[in-house]
Amino acid sequence: MYAISMFHTALALLLAPLLLGIINQTKAFFAGRDGIPLLQLYYDLWKLLHKGAVYSRTTSWIFRASPVVGLAAVLVGLTLVPWGGQAALLSFEGDLILLVYLLGTMRFFTVLGALDTGSSFEGMGASREVQFSALAEPALLLALAVIVQVSGSISLSTMYAALTPALWLESGPAMIIVAAAILLIYLTENARIPVDDPNTHLELTMIHEVMVLDYSGPDLAFILYAAALKLWILGSLLVGLLLPVHGQGWFNTILFFVGMLFLAVVTGVIEASMARLRLQRVPQLLVCAGALAVLAIVLMQR
Amino acid sequence: MNLWIELLLVSLALTNLALTSLCRLETCIRVAAAQGILLGLVTVALHSPAISLHMLVLVLGIIVLKGLVFPWLLFRAMRQARVRREVEPFVSFTWSLLIGTLALPTAMWLSSRLPAAHPSHTPLLIPVALHAILAGLLLIVSRRKAITQVLGYLVMENGIYLFGIALVGEESVLVDLATLLDVFVGVFVMGIAIFHINRTFDHIDTDRLSALKDWPS
Repeated sequence: MYAISMFHTALALLLAPLLLGIINQTKAFFAGRDGIPLLQLYYDLWKLLHKGAVYSRTTSWIFRASPVVGLAAVLVGLTLVPWGGQAALLSFEGDLILLVYLLGTMRFFTVLGALDTGSSFEGMGASREVQFSALAEPALLLALAVIVQVSGSISLSTMYAALTPALWLESGPAMIIVAAAILLIYLTENARIPVDDPNTHLELTMIHEVMVLDYSGPDLAFILYAAALKLWILGSLLVGLLLPVHGQGWFNTILFFVGMLFLAVVTGVIEASMARLRLQRVPQLLVCAGALAVLAIVLMQR
Repeated sequence: MNLWIELLLVSLALTNLALTSLCRLETCIRVAAAQGILLGLVTVALHSPAISLHMLVLVLGIIVLKGLVFPWLLFRAMRQARVRREVEPFVSFTWSLLIGTLALPTAMWLSSRLPAAHPSHTPLLIPVALHAILAGLLLIVSRRKAITQVLGYLVMENGIYLFGIALVGEESVLVDLATLLDVFVGVFVMGIAIFHINRTFDHIDTDRLSALKDWPS
């Protein structure tokens, strides 16, 4: 039981950067380019880990701590998320709130690190990140609340274990709406395209990328790896909802992995086919995610 | 079968929410047209195994009028008035989406207080009908452009129609046909009125009509 959960966690640690490679490959395919190599993030991480870090004299220990705290938070978060129809490595009552707050801690320290550099540019990115996540976090909790309502449990592993094909037949519309809400949150939290463009490094529109401009060497590697793991965590929340399969076995592991790959391709297609929203429209998108979650709660209520 | 009805009703609720949050008039009109077509499909799904001939005529009338004729009239009015989007509504789009969302629990609560005449229908029918009425009201009071207000009126009528089939069932055909005619005349007249308002005042912002004067000040 524990062995397979540990295997799944190890799989996430190993394969999370691959998802970003697949997203980039999909985008390159749609643009008719060769694109970045599939394993580029692995090469980058390897290269960065062998470099030294440069710190500005205006920064304090907060700036140095923030990548480490971010990676630690997201690693703990990873052990809470059920994957492949199996319980997570750790599970207890109320761990969904811990997961949301671990992601919040990671964001908080990234923001603090950005403010610590004293650059007005990074301050702007930090302000936007906080504004959008203040709207995305309640939406995520509301969406998880729907699953809580369905399963009658407040532990992620038992919540996801209660999702069955029969439930999908019984209340399909509500489940589709929850999935749509989680997809919107997944795109926002991972700074993907309708909200933020991961490719622009020096534009006034960027949000997440601007906050990590001053990091170099191993610190940047930690940040990139933590971002990949965050994509994996939120992705597995969505895939777990859409693939209500349970039980042990290689089949489920492979099915879930194909689901994650498919999600990465879908993300790439969204990025290739949509333009980034205007900054003023982003809060509306997030309110929309919250509205969808509320709609699902009301549908489940009757 | 029940699942399909629910899917249609949830899509109807989603079109209500979409209308409260969209700013481009073109998209708004398309969504309203989709809502009209969904309304026809809901009627078919509710009466599905044994649907009578006059019900079928009513459904066809609904789909043709609300899905094709009204959008065409509204697109025409939009082109003539040369407006493309709703700018600066009285209530911002984000807030109207929030209010529209809160209207849903309100509709649920209201419908739980109402005794239904045909309890065999799906429990979602009356809440969605009430939600459409509330969303239509919201559109009417919170928007500046006359076209969006006409859309609000349409959405409200859709809600009343849904309420009608939930409460009365098949006997309401005559009433429904009469309402359909009323709405048709309403939209038709508004289409012409918008054109004339626009030609006289160079805009269709209704809030500025309250300051009419005989001479320019």
